Amino acid sequence: MASLRSDIALRCEKLHRYLGHDEGRVHVLRGVSFEARRGNVTAIVGPSGCGKSTLLYLLGLLDQPDDGAIWISEQLMSNSSDIARTAARCAHIGFVFQFHFLMQEFSALDNVMMPMRKLGRLDETQMAERAHALLTDVGLGDKAHRLATQLSGGEQQRVAVARALANQPAIILADEPTGNLDVKNSTLVFDLLTKLAKENGQAVVLVTHNPEIANRCDEIKPMRDGEFLP
Amino acid sequence: MLMSLAGIIFGVGFFVVTQAQTSGFEHFFIKVILGTNGAIRIEDKIQDTIFAMAAGGHGAGATKFEVAADRESRKYVEGVEDPELLIKALHNFRNVSGASTVLEGSVIADSSFKNDNAKIYGIRLDDHLAVSDLANQVARGTGSLDDFRSSPQGILMGKQLADRLRLNVGDSLILQADTEQRRYRVSAIYFTGVSDIDRVRIYMHLGEARSLLKKTSGASFIQVALFDRERAPQDAAQMEQVLHHGAQSWQDREAPWLQAFQALQISAALTVSTIILISGLGMFNTLAMIVIEKTKEIAILRSMGFSREDILRIFVWLGAIVLVLGTIGGWAMGAGVTYGVSKLPIRIRGIFTTDTFQVYVSIWHYVVATITAAVVVMTAAVIPARRAARLEPGDIIRGTSG
Repeated sequence: MASLRSDIALRCEKLHRYLGHDEGRVHVLRGVSFEARRGNVTAIVGPSGCGKSTLLYLLGLLDQPDDGAIWISEQLMSNSSDIARTAARCAHIGFVFQFHFLMQEFSALDNVMMPMRKLGRLDETQMAERAHALLTDVGLGDKAHRLATQLSGGEQQRVAVARALANQPAIILADEPTGNLDVKNSTLVFDLLTKLAKENGQAVVLVTHNPEIANRCDEIKPMRDGEFLP
Repeated sequence: MLMSLAGIIFGVGFFVVTQAQTSGFEHFFIKVILGTNGAIRIEDKIQDTIFAMAAGGHGAGATKFEVAADRESRKYVEGVEDPELLIKALHNFRNVSGASTVLEGSVIADSSFKNDNAKIYGIRLDDHLAVSDLANQVARGTGSLDDFRSSPQGILMGKQLADRLRLNVGDSLILQADTEQRRYRVSAIYFTGVSDIDRVRIYMHLGEARSLLKKTSGASFIQVALFDRERAPQDAAQMEQVLHHGAQSWQDREAPWLQAFQALQISAALTVSTIILISGLGMFNTLAMIVIEKTKEIAILRSMGFSREDILRIFVWLGAIVLVLGTIGGWAMGAGVTYGVSKLPIRIRGIFTTDTFQVYVSIWHYVVATITAAVVVMTAAVIPARRAARLEPGDIIRGTSG
């Protein structure tokens, strides 16, 4: 297969995805093609049920397409094994979800260190230092040892951003990252995400309903009925 | 999870305690039986009624048919004709640590108080001490073996028989066998704890027994002691073949009692295992609930790059931690309660005599309890763990999205 140009972190071609079974089977994605460049922030917008989240999960290798191809860091991943997709997620992709999904029993620092532990590139001290630096970047350096339950909603989402950046992934995928936050925190989280991603040359793809957030992105990809609008 | 942990601790603990008790009484019984009747008894000469047959001519080309004589096709001639020759042959068996010639006969024991039926056992003291626990049995009674050794008319009498005849050490009595009757003196009173022995058996010197029973040669049986008592059935079979005399191991001799002890042991193990099983079911439920409650966390771990095996490992580790803590706690509880039980007073008279609970501590009780707990706990952990590992992160996260 063709290799990717170096500034393209993620590419997909003619993705098709059906959800449901039998009579309830819905053609959610209808041959979607897309590419995300390093240092670029792309917003996918569209009405509920148009397939934006489904596309994001396919791009994040959390799901498999029924047809089409996905390349991540020059590797064709759409038909690879679960083990290969899992390893690719660990090394190349960071996720931020609408809900922070922090591990409640662990501190902010431990939550950020978790992807690093799995990747295993750093030793314990290096991991703690990097996690602390990331938490400082998102303004939570002084709350690193607090349990997730002891943080506010906005703070928890900032920890989730730090966690997504932990392994310096080439791609950040964000599904409504500000959907559960007030305006002030939404702006804060979005600014952090885009600033840190741009500094590190990461491709950011975010799904949002918020037009203000979408308008601040480098590129907007509107979607409807499983297809990008021209 | 704490309830499951407590269940495993109690299950393992009670498993160890019940096994220590049941095998404690079994071991005590075996010790008493070996100390009185030995590991193997050789008695009755075998006479085959079906013999090896030769057929098919002579020389190297001849065909030989051999028919092995089985127990049903044998005749037994009572007693041992030449005990000295047999004992000499027995010492060629590596596992034999001692052999004692015994001449047995029925007598009437007559004291000044009353008379009673008894059995005399003519022995050579030193030979018999090597194949029995007679020295300790005398030590648990009264009198001394030295007196018996130095006195040709001395006898060793069981405690129950002595009590019935109201005899003490130093008293005399008359033993009557058929037409012969002689006066003997009680050198010592022994106590085995087995009432069948203590109420009838009288030990005397072999020469005196021959004289009283008018049996100038031969013996009733030869009592054999072994270095490795567990090999008794194999040794007995070999002795029977080589010596052409019936040989019975203690396992064959005491089979009904040993089987009863074994049944009791298995029954106790099965009963107590249900505690472990119920704890395992509790743990299965708890882990299954955790999997349901933590599906989001599992999905997020998968999105971070944790593999299905990592997720499986988390739950298996959870099970393993409960197993390790439960097993160690159970061992401690088992050891502590076993010690406590060994101090409990209980009065048992009959097949053996004891005034306290008998316990036998074996590493195997702990091993079997651990294996039982491991099988139950790990099964209870692996099933929910596999379910957790199979979860598709995309499906879960899609389901939680707004």
